[in-house]
Amino acid sequence: MKYSKKDRVTSVLLLLPSFILVLLFVYGFIFFSTYISMTDWRGLIPSYKFVGLNQYSQLFQHPRFKVDLFNTGLFTLIFLAANLFLGLWLAVMLDRKLRGEIFFRNLFLFPMSVSFVATGTIWVWIFNPTSGLNIIFSALGFDTKNWGWITDPRMALYCVCIGAIWQMAGFTMAQYLAGLRGISDDIREAARIDGANEAQIFGHILLPQLWPITVGAVVILGHISLKIFDLVFVMTQGGPARSTDMPGIFMFETTFRNDFFARGAAIGIVMLVMVAILIVPYLIYSRRMD
Amino acid sequence: MKFKRLSMIILMIAIIIILGCAKPQSTEKSSAPNMPPPPPKEMTIFSWWTAGGEADGLNELINLYHQKYPQVRIVNAAVAGGAGTNAKAVLKTRMLGGDPPGTFQVHGGSELIDTWVKTGYMAPITELFTRLKLDNAFPTGLLEMISYKKQYYAIPSNVHRSNMLWYNKAIFEQLGIEPPITLDELFKVCSKIKNRGIIPLSLASRNKWEVTHLFESLLLAVGGVDFYKSIFKGDIAWTDRNVINTLDTLKRLLYYVNQDHPALTWDQACGLVQQGKAAMNIMGDWAKGYFLANKWVAGKDYSAIPTPGTAGAFIVVTDTFGLPAKAPDKQASLNFLEVVASPEGQIAFNIKKGSIPARLSLPMDAFDEIAKANMIDFGKDSLVGSCAHGSATIEAFVTALNDQLGVFIQDKQVMKTAQALEQAAKDAGLRK
Amino acid sequence: MTLRVSLYRILLYSLLLIFSIFFLLPIYVMFTTSFKSLAEVGQSSMWALPLKLSFEAYVLAGSRLAHGLMNSLMLTIPATMISSLVGSINGYCLSKWKFKGSNLLFTLVLFGMFIPYQSVLIPLVNFFRQIGFYNSIAGLAAVHIVYGIPITTLIFRNYYATVPDELIEAGRIDGAGLLKTYWYVFLPISLPSFVVVAIWQFTNIWNEFLFAVSLTNAPSTQPVTVALQNLSGSMISQWNTQMAGAVIASMPTLMVYILLGRYFVSGLLAGSVKG
Repeated sequence: MKYSKKDRVTSVLLLLPSFILVLLFVYGFIFFSTYISMTDWRGLIPSYKFVGLNQYSQLFQHPRFKVDLFNTGLFTLIFLAANLFLGLWLAVMLDRKLRGEIFFRNLFLFPMSVSFVATGTIWVWIFNPTSGLNIIFSALGFDTKNWGWITDPRMALYCVCIGAIWQMAGFTMAQYLAGLRGISDDIREAARIDGANEAQIFGHILLPQLWPITVGAVVILGHISLKIFDLVFVMTQGGPARSTDMPGIFMFETTFRNDFFARGAAIGIVMLVMVAILIVPYLIYSRRMD
Repeated sequence: MKFKRLSMIILMIAIIIILGCAKPQSTEKSSAPNMPPPPPKEMTIFSWWTAGGEADGLNELINLYHQKYPQVRIVNAAVAGGAGTNAKAVLKTRMLGGDPPGTFQVHGGSELIDTWVKTGYMAPITELFTRLKLDNAFPTGLLEMISYKKQYYAIPSNVHRSNMLWYNKAIFEQLGIEPPITLDELFKVCSKIKNRGIIPLSLASRNKWEVTHLFESLLLAVGGVDFYKSIFKGDIAWTDRNVINTLDTLKRLLYYVNQDHPALTWDQACGLVQQGKAAMNIMGDWAKGYFLANKWVAGKDYSAIPTPGTAGAFIVVTDTFGLPAKAPDKQASLNFLEVVASPEGQIAFNIKKGSIPARLSLPMDAFDEIAKANMIDFGKDSLVGSCAHGSATIEAFVTALNDQLGVFIQDKQVMKTAQALEQAAKDAGLRK
Repeated sequence: MTLRVSLYRILLYSLLLIFSIFFLLPIYVMFTTSFKSLAEVGQSSMWALPLKLSFEAYVLAGSRLAHGLMNSLMLTIPATMISSLVGSINGYCLSKWKFKGSNLLFTLVLFGMFIPYQSVLIPLVNFFRQIGFYNSIAGLAAVHIVYGIPITTLIFRNYYATVPDELIEAGRIDGAGLLKTYWYVFLPISLPSFVVVAIWQFTNIWNEFLFAVSLTNAPSTQPVTVALQNLSGSMISQWNTQMAGAVIASMPTLMVYILLGRYFVSGLLAGSVKG
């Protein structure tokens, strides 16, 4: 599509301030962080002695960090998949002009408005084997003796996932709803007239149209889950037995409790790279579809 | 449509005006480089005492200060967040940024000395000490925690005792047992209680430090005072016999605790004792505050003794206030420190907070019987710093210890844990 | 035919019901706890309704949070509006007025979203102190606007990508360039996307804690997240006050959701293409 040179220049000029700010506040600080991660700064006296990739090699040999990497990978997978499915499904439900749509919509969005301290606390209570869900389940007749939920290192991560999904599914739903509302009814009507059933309409028309939103959601949710700190910290502090420990928690403790700024910066850079690895392929793929 | 856009424009303008008005708050803080600093009229106290008895206690100190220096405005910059996690992060950000508060709360011992004094962020207050003759006011063990290279750096405001065993009197009377004095007795008592279907020892592990808290009492009981001090200084390997024995003891003890500990915080574990579901709990003397809030009476419903095997030793948890080297108004800060050190300050603060004064030989009448007993012990017991609460050893190792013990209480592997601890000690810089 | 349809509907509604329960469970706990008196609060009785309705938690929480609420409002509303507008313009340019390198620009801006806040905290605070923005709502707002650029741009760009190019064409035929097309054509139909962005930004800025606690150091400037956190002591937590505080703190955000929800109207786009 060709347009005037004036418009082209305007476009660049409008984008320039954002670009400069991001350059400074994001790339500038990333550069600073990367530099710190290659020094030996430990303790409250800044030290800028260059040590190359030492911090990184020590970090990857650290038993706790290895667990963190696994946890965050698993958490991200579950969180992304469940969030996308649930968000899309809820949006499709609500798009049908149900009765009480307004109520449901606000209900599903409400979790996002609750502070993470409260969210984390409530979910810990719910997942407490002696006073939480088990009370309900045993009333329903289940044998809950071995259901440890958040006290069981094998289950704790899934509990944290559920808490996080609870908090974020509403937003994914809102995004998909906005997208669905942006697809005019005419297209759907035309397809229906052509004899397509609901499922076909969904699969062949709606879903492809929602692809940019899916990409966007993956990017947003992905980077949240890889960086997650607040919710997990409140719920489990990374326990029991590191089963819910995340790089974000390790980074916080390393930087602000141990004053090990160089290693903390290294963890930060690793987290950054992890997000890039997840997101970049998606971006390239979606660019090709554009 | 036109209305909407017009209203949006008006909204934008309003926003810009609001933002413009919001800014002036900061301009009076940013100092123009060539003007002389305005006469200091405020002092910032930084702590994590945001609620309950602690906040009340701090207010007592602030009031005392105001009586003496009414023209100085105190900014109570307290930041909450369990055991100071958030506060420490904020404090470090400020100090690194060159914007220290007038004074800040810091655990005596390693947190004070290793984190702040050795790095040059604190100014010595030896002169204040000599002037007020404070070296006789505090026990030697405590003085060691606030001094470095023969200079003093902080005033302890309060002392908590870490090694205390709390027990439900009704349960003990019903079963006809005596509170355990040695580790052997502890296991005998646990066994009896468990047979009756009650949880012998309640434990919390959600915040990780609660396990370390238990661990340090056991380590002290198994290894003794000198061993305790040496290992936390890094002079003994963590694969030492005594560590193995301690881990074994902890492992045996885990058989007698509630299984949902990862979901509980320390006060909820105390709650189990208070509700009669558990018989004993090992926790610092702030547990007293919890029982009090739940209308339990000391001596009648519950009582406390030093943790088994540690009688004669006092694991100290102490908060102190020092003088940042770049404090905006040194005199105002020093005045506050004087208030903290004063007998009235110590008593007023500790009554509200539920701890005991750091100063010796103060009148005891206003304190409850558990506090009184601890005040006496404080004067004569061997003092060691608490590891879980930042006094005995460097923070980096405490973090690693919390983390490793968290793994231990699940997998119960003694040898593996001991080796991992030694590795962690090296990684943290505690051992070479 | 009718039978199958109603069976399908029943299935749908029951699934919806199950998920609603899932969403309601924690909300139920939150509210019931906030209305209990301190003596009644406890994990072991979390499912029980309060025996006696008590407002003490709300009174205490309300008085401690009032100032923080004001600060948060002054912070979040302007910051949300500005960052939404910036994102909208950026997204518009990047999706409809591409130039050589605009995709690269977008990727670079997007990448900025990934940085963990903890790693920029210290240099950020230092920088802000140098330029005199420390301990001010304006400074905090500026931070959120800047760090919100990547995501608001992303959401708008994705939304505008689903808008047919015919709209630009139609505008050009009428003689409108980039800016006019934005103002007269795109802005009016951007409502759903503004809603999504506003919801996201409002929530994030309102609930954000790390920057808030590091860039402000006095109760007079601290947002409600810090005040909420300060409701808990370092040792004892009064859960009913905390829950009441959480309810109070979440009310403004919920208001935003309820108010803006009205704009999820379908056919907005269809109307402009037809006409």
